[in-house]
Amino acid sequence: MQFMTILWQEYVLFKAKFWSITTGTMIAPVLYLIAFGWGLGSGMQVGGSSYIDFVIPGIIALTTMTVSFSTIANDINISRTYTMTFEEFMIAPVSMLVLALGKITAGALRGLYSAFIIILLAMIFRAGLQVDGYLLLLTTLNCLVFSALGFTAGLLIQSHGDMAKFNSFIITPMSFLCGTFFPLDRMPSGIKEFIWLLPLTHTTLALRDRGSDILSAFIHPVVLLLYLLIFLVVGVMICNRAE
Amino acid sequence: MIDDGEEVVERGKANLLVFESLTKKYGAITAVDNLNLKIGRSEFFGLLGPNGAGKTTTIRMLSTLTTPSSGSIYIDGLKIDRNLTGIKARIGVVPQHMNLEGEMTAWQNLELHGRLYGLKKEARQQRIEELLEFTELSDRAHDLARKLSGGMKRKLMIARALMHRPEILLMDEPTVGLDAAVRRKMWDLMKGLNKNGLTVLLTTHYIEEAEILCGRVGLMNGGKLVELDTPDNLIAKTGRFVLEYFENGETRSRFFASRQDAIQSAAGMEGGVNIRPANLEDTFITLTNRKVGG
Repeated sequence: MQFMTILWQEYVLFKAKFWSITTGTMIAPVLYLIAFGWGLGSGMQVGGSSYIDFVIPGIIALTTMTVSFSTIANDINISRTYTMTFEEFMIAPVSMLVLALGKITAGALRGLYSAFIIILLAMIFRAGLQVDGYLLLLTTLNCLVFSALGFTAGLLIQSHGDMAKFNSFIITPMSFLCGTFFPLDRMPSGIKEFIWLLPLTHTTLALRDRGSDILSAFIHPVVLLLYLLIFLVVGVMICNRAE
Repeated sequence: MIDDGEEVVERGKANLLVFESLTKKYGAITAVDNLNLKIGRSEFFGLLGPNGAGKTTTIRMLSTLTTPSSGSIYIDGLKIDRNLTGIKARIGVVPQHMNLEGEMTAWQNLELHGRLYGLKKEARQQRIEELLEFTELSDRAHDLARKLSGGMKRKLMIARALMHRPEILLMDEPTVGLDAAVRRKMWDLMKGLNKNGLTVLLTTHYIEEAEILCGRVGLMNGGKLVELDTPDNLIAKTGRFVLEYFENGETRSRFFASRQDAIQSAAGMEGGVNIRPANLEDTFITLTNRKVGG
């Protein structure tokens, strides 16, 4: 019941701000598609396919990451430190696990909404994107992982300014380095291995490879699931101690 | 009478709320210092004190928003814990700051609360209608909370805290920032709730508010509970009448058991003197200066 209540509240707020959320979500992917698809990517080939086909999975991965993360991290951080509306959930008879699961799912759903928009845009830009269950699974996992990270960050970080710093030092570098805009094998050894450990890399690689070999098709979702579990456990622990 | 730390605190039915050696420290600062207190069922209890006295921290610990450094709080003998959802459902909280969801309507704010506390749809809707009528907000039910006036927001916060029919209502400075007329309306509302059997714990730094509303008052200063009694008995402790006179550039006060004693004492004084009944504010200043200021 309480889990659904958290989603209901997010739905009410989403409905109230539908157009600003939708247009806001579209801006970055449209710019990426224009710059890296039409602009930089016209006539450019990566791995035997057009650059726009190459970059679309990266754009899905990074957009769902930023939307899921920032939706929940900003929501938790502002409602905890500024509007104090988070207290309504903390004093309610809701276990911290249910609270965490509700908020993380709400953030992930917003990420999935952004994925839906990108898929529509990809069709408009005539990019070759295969929409199937594997894409849905990986995108959902990516949304859940970064929503869970957002939940933890939103609880830990004490000000909006520090949240911006977290974005600059963690989220933005991942956006560009995790194989989103260029193949990982172009990175120097050492850095490449480090980048491989990051969760966004697994989403990008999985969306691009489409489970071409069984091992990677299995490894990428498992790594994402592990990240999700870690962020969820840490988030619930922090929520238990949050003041 | 203040319970000392060694007393065995009864956590029975007569005492709905029991604070047992409750302490909260933030680094080197002790916000609440070894608070021992019992609050009875259907009591209107006031925690009174200046800013930084520890009132809000006490309310936050009771509402599970803050974890005590040591000591415990019991409701009906059950220790309060953030994950014990059954106990949390017995408490209603009206915080000091406005924490309504501004982008949701008054109705939706109540609906959210009702859902979080597990109220079924029909009961929820009926309760929302009742409470909006009780707080005279029925005609603003579908306005966004951020568009309501300060007084309306406060009323909505009280309605929200009452949605799940709590046994204890915690109100942390609920009339701060309200004009005198709205404040008096809020007092009537609070009195009505207590008359219907609700246990109320109110924190305030409006002394008049505590005097009018509370059956018993605890005076807090520097995190400590320095006095605990009925407002009338607290006033009697310093003297029921106060003689105010101007001396050496400042207004001084002397307390007397009767008006006659005060008049006799003022007889030889030069300049303007004022004799009036003492109030809780006089008591508070006197007691805290004596007990805390040394």
